[in-house]
Amino acid sequence: MGIFSRFKRGKFSHIIQKIFGKKHAKIGIYGPPNVGKTTLANRILREWTGDIMGSVSDIPHETRRAKWKTNIKIDNGGSSLVMDLVDTPGIATKIDYKEFMNTYGLNKEESRMRAKEATEGVIESIRWLEDIDGVVLVMDSTKDPFTQVNVTIIGNLEARDLPILIAANKIDADEASPATLKSAFPQHPVVPISALTGYNTEDLYNNMVKHFGKKRIKKRR
Amino acid sequence: MVKKEKGISFNLISRRKLNDLSSSEKLKYILKEVRQGRILVLEHGLTPTEQTALIENTMKEIDHDTFIGIEMGGYEEEKTSFFQRVFGVIKKPRMTVIGPAHLLKMVHKDHDKIETTIISGKGVS
Repeated sequence: MGIFSRFKRGKFSHIIQKIFGKKHAKIGIYGPPNVGKTTLANRILREWTGDIMGSVSDIPHETRRAKWKTNIKIDNGGSSLVMDLVDTPGIATKIDYKEFMNTYGLNKEESRMRAKEATEGVIESIRWLEDIDGVVLVMDSTKDPFTQVNVTIIGNLEARDLPILIAANKIDADEASPATLKSAFPQHPVVPISALTGYNTEDLYNNMVKHFGKKRIKKRR
Repeated sequence: MVKKEKGISFNLISRRKLNDLSSSEKLKYILKEVRQGRILVLEHGLTPTEQTALIENTMKEIDHDTFIGIEMGGYEEEKTSFFQRVFGVIKKPRMTVIGPAHLLKMVHKDHDKIETTIISGKGVS
């Protein structure tokens, strides 16, 4: 390793980060239900701490309470970011317990309970928005990106001037179209990934360090 | 007495009506109308903060037998120029359609078109 690169990796980047960057940030993983938020949280934790965040399922609203882990350090070779990672329940505008019965075969009691907890989870996710420094907004790249939930979250964070990184997930699926996501939200960085297989997560981590490390003044509402 | 026709009520709400209401009054009004089975088209939409609050209020109101939530679709806010931002001009929300989720279904949305389906046979009488 040359003198310059050693200097760059060590003191220089430290000084730059101290002047311009944020070293510790609270990052929320947000998105609609079933886009792979917990799969991504598990991937990040497994790769950087060896831990996991929670269980995943094909049935929507598996995560119904926010979960978090503190002091996760990720780096991109040159600089690093220490973050508290919050995995939030999926945000939706409607929750119909009959969908759990008819589509996923849960019984009536389980379905009603899941639906009730899911409504509480949505409220919890929205309240967490007040307390975070940046968001990884997970979208399903096989689906239409212009959902009201995506538009509302993005608008809300833009109003607070908080950084957003869009993870175009499920890129391993045949029908994935990350280009549609990029053209839908050109004002924010979009990183195509597969949280399931780990495809391109290196690029996501680089972008997280770069994007969430920037110095910003948080607007409170 | 005029007998009400059974059908789906579709109300176009003017910018003036909404401007006369505070944020909380606006949300209360919208949710009350939607809970009564009405689909609203707001000439002047909700800010992202109001939209988030509407989702939160909707979740509190969900009653799994009579109200499963809302369907909502609106155009993104108009962008403001650098100079407008410097002088404190805020982004203006645009036209938004909101209805009960058991009646209104969003089919497709992009920058220029919001396509919805109204689920027939479930109107208010």
